[in-house]
Amino acid sequence: MKTPHITVTDLTMAYGDFLIQRDLNFTINRGDVFIIMGGSGCGKSTLLRHLIGLQQPAKGDVFYDRQSFWHADAEQRVRMMRRIGVLYQTGALFSSLTLAENIALPLGEFTDFSRGETADIVSYKLALVGLAGFEDYYPSEISGGMQKRAGLARAMALDPEILLFDEPSAGLDPVSARLLDDLIISLRDTLGTTIVVVTHELASIFAIGSNSVFLDPETKTMLATGSPKTLLAESTNPKIIQFLTRGEGHAKSQPDRER
Amino acid sequence: MQGLSGDIHLENIDETSLLICLSGNWIQGATINPIEQVLAKLGDAQPLRRIVLQAANLNKWDSRLPTYLLKILDNCQANRIEVDVSGLPEGVQGLLKLARAVPERAGARRTAQHTPMMAKVGKAVLSGFADAKGLITFIGESMLAGYATMRGKARFRAIDLFLCIQEAGPGALAIVTLISLLVGLILAFVGAVQLAMFGAQIFIADLVGLGTVREMGALMTAVIMSGRTGAAYAAQLGTMNVNSEIDALKTMGISPMEFLVMPRMLALILMMPLLCLYADLMGILGGALVTISAFDVSLIQYYNETRKAVHLPDFAIGLFKSLVFAVLIATAGCMRGMQCGRSASEVGDAATTAVVNSIVYIVIADSIITLICNRLGI
Repeated sequence: MKTPHITVTDLTMAYGDFLIQRDLNFTINRGDVFIIMGGSGCGKSTLLRHLIGLQQPAKGDVFYDRQSFWHADAEQRVRMMRRIGVLYQTGALFSSLTLAENIALPLGEFTDFSRGETADIVSYKLALVGLAGFEDYYPSEISGGMQKRAGLARAMALDPEILLFDEPSAGLDPVSARLLDDLIISLRDTLGTTIVVVTHELASIFAIGSNSVFLDPETKTMLATGSPKTLLAESTNPKIIQFLTRGEGHAKSQPDRER
Repeated sequence: MQGLSGDIHLENIDETSLLICLSGNWIQGATINPIEQVLAKLGDAQPLRRIVLQAANLNKWDSRLPTYLLKILDNCQANRIEVDVSGLPEGVQGLLKLARAVPERAGARRTAQHTPMMAKVGKAVLSGFADAKGLITFIGESMLAGYATMRGKARFRAIDLFLCIQEAGPGALAIVTLISLLVGLILAFVGAVQLAMFGAQIFIADLVGLGTVREMGALMTAVIMSGRTGAAYAAQLGTMNVNSEIDALKTMGISPMEFLVMPRMLALILMMPLLCLYADLMGILGGALVTISAFDVSLIQYYNETRKAVHLPDFAIGLFKSLVFAVLIATAGCMRGMQCGRSASEVGDAATTAVVNSIVYIVIADSIITLICNRLGI
């Protein structure tokens, strides 16, 4: 029943000579909420950049529906990228455009909707993320949480099959973060969108994640893949347990260093 | 994509109920009845109390379907018509619910307002006052910081000063060389056309020498530096403002005026006169190139004539001007950067206004200085 949507094979990421992660192999299925997790600086966001074509892998490839992304020609790649929507960490809304114009931008570029239809779709997308009536606001005039939701509305403008989130709950209060999580889940349920989330918010990881990959900054490779709950229950790797229990798995021998 | 269509079919169940059947493909590129027609039909079908939505033969759909349905739903709500959506696919039902989950915040929507002419004028004047106030505040603050610097009490890192000097001085040599050489060349050609008519080619040296040393050297370096360094200062400080770096300095108790503005201002004040001297030399060289190659004047003649025409006070005027220009460029650049808002487009605006302002300031200051020199007979 589960069909692979995104497949990562032998992916090695590096900035010049500086290795970030090597030998990554995992599969993201259709309709998954896939979590990319790991400690700070392990290359989560870099992996995301590789998935969406912003950065070229040092080795290996990414496949969308069994179609190679990095061996595709430029035109094919653009077509593949159009099926992907990305919500960046801070929303990445164009500050010189209103929310409506931000969302209408991809619609205007890639569809043949009339002005009126575009306006209707923009209003609908904004309503979906709970921002009905905010069409004529500039990004600087709304709060960070609203910017993030508006960014999501823009990411969804072209009805993408895949939505990627870079730290969606960073900088949000717990309630807003929860609402965003709920929104992600309802989008997955109603639209069947495949969702990839980069995060280290444990609450989110367990609440929405149906599959995941764990990246380790020290050995510079992935340690495990699977549902976060299964990982917590079954993994024997101390690093994963420590991560998924906020360090409490080793509370006695190692006092919390981050404080 | 062609030949696809989404159909909507209206059918009366009884006097007060209407059945709306949706079928076909409701995706981008499909032909779909305009929503206005459907809404008009709904308006005709009074006294309507209830609408049942059905989607038995619905094939593919994307955002167009919920968008369309939301319009119908909103219309029905306004006319107090009950809508039964249970016949729609679950996904569509979910999306409709989601879209109406957060009601529109009262007063959030903006309507386009017409601002009367007088109000526009008033706003422009007020913003002009605010601008002037900002300028005066900035001048005051930079004077305080400058005073602190002179007493050796200002806090900035020597390495920052050296980096700024490197950037504003040696970094600008190439472009200053090119521009001043060409300006000297142009001056020589323009003068030569007139002077050669009565065989006074030798006076090209006077024209180029005086023109460059008193005026063009300082002016051209200033224009180059305002585009190169002034804009960079505005963009740097503006980006730091966007990233809250300036706030971070303030909370550390370090004055951004001393820490950021002073090194930049000092670097320009130190480097501009040197660049100006260099530009003078290059300008004269450019003039010499033209005169020697095209107008039968030897290098020695040109050199001697230049020495006769250009005196130390001429250099002093040029240097003084470049010093004034340095302060103006640094002020415009740093001020626009410090006053920058918190978005990407505002950084761009800051850089633009910095260049525009500094060029305006430069030309105004230049005219004033030239006028004074003329009156004093220097």
